[in-house]
Amino acid sequence: MTEVFGVPVAVILGQLMLGLVNGSFYAILSLGLAVIFGLMGIVNFAHGAFYALGAFAALLGLQWFGINYWAALLLAPLAIGVLGIVVERLFLRHLYKLDPLYGLLMTFGLALVIEGTLHQLFGASGHSYPVPAGLTGAFDLGFMILPIYRAWVIAVSVVVCFSTWFVIECTRLGATLRAATENAPLLQAFGVNVPLLVVATYGGGVALAALAGVLSAPVVLVGPLMGNSLVIVVFAVVVIGGMGSILGAIVSGLALGVVEGFTKVIYPEASNIVVFVIMALVLIARPAGLFGRE
Amino acid sequence: MQLRTLTIGLATALVTMLGASAVSAASDDVVIGDIDDLSGTYADVAGTGAVEAIKMAIADFGGTVLGRKISILVADHQNKPDIGASKFREWADQNGLNVLFGGSNTGVNIAMSKVAAAKKIPFFALGPGGASLTNEDCTAYTVHYVYDTTALANGTATTIVQNGGKTWFYLTADYAFGTQLQTAASKVVEANGGKTVGAVRVPLAASDFSSFLLQAQGSGAQVLGLANAGEDFSNSLKAANEFGITKKMKPAALLAFITNIHSLGLETAQGLYLTTGFYWDLNDETRAFSKRYFAKTGKEPTMDQGGYYSATLTYLKAVKAVGTTDSDKVMAELKRTKINDMFAKGGYIRADGVMVHDMYVMQVKSPKESKYPWDYYKLLKVMKGEEAFGPITGLCPLAPK
Amino acid sequence: MRSAAVPYVIAGVFALCVPLLGIYPVFMMELLCFAMFACAYNLLLGFGGMLSFGHAAFFGSAAYATAWLATARGWGSVPAIAAGVAVSALVGLMVGILAIRRRGIYFAMITLAMAQLIYFVYLEAPFTGGENGLQAVPRGSLFGVLPLKSDVVMYYLVLAAFLLQFVFIQRVVHSPFGQVLKAIRENESRAVSLGYEVNRYRLLAFVLSATIAGLAGSLKALVLGFVTLSDVQQATSGEVILMTLLGGTGTFFGPVIGAAVVVTLQQYLSDIVGGWVTVIIGAVFIACVLAFRRGIIGELAALLRPRP
Repeated sequence: MTEVFGVPVAVILGQLMLGLVNGSFYAILSLGLAVIFGLMGIVNFAHGAFYALGAFAALLGLQWFGINYWAALLLAPLAIGVLGIVVERLFLRHLYKLDPLYGLLMTFGLALVIEGTLHQLFGASGHSYPVPAGLTGAFDLGFMILPIYRAWVIAVSVVVCFSTWFVIECTRLGATLRAATENAPLLQAFGVNVPLLVVATYGGGVALAALAGVLSAPVVLVGPLMGNSLVIVVFAVVVIGGMGSILGAIVSGLALGVVEGFTKVIYPEASNIVVFVIMALVLIARPAGLFGRE
Repeated sequence: MQLRTLTIGLATALVTMLGASAVSAASDDVVIGDIDDLSGTYADVAGTGAVEAIKMAIADFGGTVLGRKISILVADHQNKPDIGASKFREWADQNGLNVLFGGSNTGVNIAMSKVAAAKKIPFFALGPGGASLTNEDCTAYTVHYVYDTTALANGTATTIVQNGGKTWFYLTADYAFGTQLQTAASKVVEANGGKTVGAVRVPLAASDFSSFLLQAQGSGAQVLGLANAGEDFSNSLKAANEFGITKKMKPAALLAFITNIHSLGLETAQGLYLTTGFYWDLNDETRAFSKRYFAKTGKEPTMDQGGYYSATLTYLKAVKAVGTTDSDKVMAELKRTKINDMFAKGGYIRADGVMVHDMYVMQVKSPKESKYPWDYYKLLKVMKGEEAFGPITGLCPLAPK
Repeated sequence: MRSAAVPYVIAGVFALCVPLLGIYPVFMMELLCFAMFACAYNLLLGFGGMLSFGHAAFFGSAAYATAWLATARGWGSVPAIAAGVAVSALVGLMVGILAIRRRGIYFAMITLAMAQLIYFVYLEAPFTGGENGLQAVPRGSLFGVLPLKSDVVMYYLVLAAFLLQFVFIQRVVHSPFGQVLKAIRENESRAVSLGYEVNRYRLLAFVLSATIAGLAGSLKALVLGFVTLSDVQQATSGEVILMTLLGGTGTFFGPVIGAAVVVTLQQYLSDIVGGWVTVIIGAVFIACVLAFRRGIIGELAALLRPRP
């Protein structure tokens, strides 16, 4: 077998593949976070909690109502998105005039409430969600075994990320959204319902987190803390990509998955923190992020 | 304005502090304390179920000892050593605590064992794995009850190597506990003629294990040693299953509880080797206890919860035997008497504090083999306490080699 | 002026009498340590307007340094504390240099990321004892004379340190430096246009805050006799924010009250509500942000302020 720097090519290809799978989760999550931050200037610290809620929604839907995976893929993000809208109307709405730091603190508390409640109701040990029929089994790629479900995750992620990017960058709705980030009062004066736009954005961003949760349910155990440390990582991804840059969030999400994958081979202990090292380096060299404009 | 602010501040401070200090005075009760993880990762392993087990033991004992009522205090250490240790200290100073049970989390338990030594109060560690509790950190008042890393590694590794699993690759959680598990297991593996082919140190709470598993697979080892616990264990086994690695390698858990198997499901967990200090379906006695326990909690007891029941009885029996709650006399009695109940047969507490008892090496059943709810394990081997817990190491000054 | 001194006198008398009142001294010491930590944090957030999400890194670094020197190197308590404080100052300087390049949310997230890195170091480094932490840290004695093993002596040492930093922070805030800091918080561009080297002020505030947080951490290590990873964890950073916010940011007494409430809640609330503690703490956070942004002290002061 051919080798590059003493590492067999098969291993490199394998890790690249797995990195893309993980990167897909990061991409969807950071996309949601970037959209919310871009429009509302709020770091949604509860993003990881909404991710867990999405997974739980799929799990409970299956256990209580027999809703299958395919329906959950649609219904869970919808339900959690609505919950996000309620949160925005009840709480976040009151914070727009204040320092954005209050939004961070408020969602931090919200994350504690959501995770604590899930923990009290469903225990700490986590629950299994079956891989949906039709996606079980694995491809033998020659250099590795790739479970079909993981390939599916990449596919969904690419489609979701691309459509979101397309909507925001290439449609009239997206143009309005972008305008709102630039100058909301002016847009309001043009007769656009900005509060509606904001609430829809928050709902949409949260729904993306929930979608990532549903996608991950068959892969990891569904537990209250599954998204606990994720928001920090995902936020770092957004910072690396450049705040407010949709494309940046997607690309850095995928890239981070790959970089992390290789770290797991070279220096596995550091794979959880490599993202922060990269973030520090990026901030020193390019404060606006890789794709951001100062 | 400034004046008012300060006055109000002081008043609030006073109220808070007085409120904090207003605790019940010591009563005549025999007080059993339990400081455990009630809200974190280990809450399902011991937690409120353990409190239930203590209550059952007290009821079975008759509710009184030496004519005094038995009462219990419960606190959540939230996996923070400061909270565990301060709670313990406070109960000892102000609530007339007679014995403390500490559940889960080695760090918290070591901190509490120091308090036990300072306050001279018997302390049962039930659930933390760290063998250091009876080695470097041993005290005259510590009893390590259910299992430790040495016993788990001994049980699982010996059995697998003897059954032909000679080459091992470890997936090790990157913290002291994981390293301890790996070291203990590899020692046993090598002593039995096996070999460690490799290991990968996985950061705690990694989001994805597939990459590490690919490395394990590449090693060509026969056995996949999972030197991790809790969520990490469950997620790594789940991924191993998904990537078809469990078909080629034998998975071996170095620490798994029945709750882990329950949440993973037999489809994923089948074939897994593990060692446990207690299994609900072992014999008529354990089944009788577990049936009563199930009626109260809706779950079968874990080894920790079984241990809590046994430890409570053991302590109360010792108090009854010496006719006093005097810590030194009770400790002497505890170390003198054999423990015979539904949890342990012929168990005894060694000079270094280890409660030596038989361990059970299990293999997880396949969904077909499982006949009824919670029918998860088949017994491969009963490992004698001495073999499982190994000889006295000499690291504890109380127990020279 | 004289009447303004009255509450200080009351506070002083109360604090001095704690061991006599039968209040649990170890609990009081822990409380004072966290109060000190919150005061340090308040210096940064309340007066400097910088929200750090990683302050446990400084608290924990000092605690680890002190504990390690006292156990492995057999240092006396005072030099060990001094070294711990120096370490936290250094760590604060390194994190600060990076963090002050950005403002607001970015600042918060950079401190958070750096704290995660530092946490990783303590998890990995061989001298920290991993997740078991450093245990059985000896308290030693004060200059070889007063045995700190006694809770009462230790209490007065902690109290003295607390008063020292409390007065120090007041002096800092009222000093020209503090005035400039507040000016930067209120309107940075104006401060720049007035010719102030804004970043230098911000960095100094950051390092000062980290240093005092370190003093709190070092003392806590000696008081409780152990240091574990929970001292450098993100949750601890969250707690200190809550203490400050709850008590009242930008007030002198607020953080003290906030620390008292949070520490008491942590110790006693779980007895009543069991596992719901996390949920309640989260709810308190939300309530603070939505309804009591001025904190307990701030709200009470506003309530009692005579209407014009």
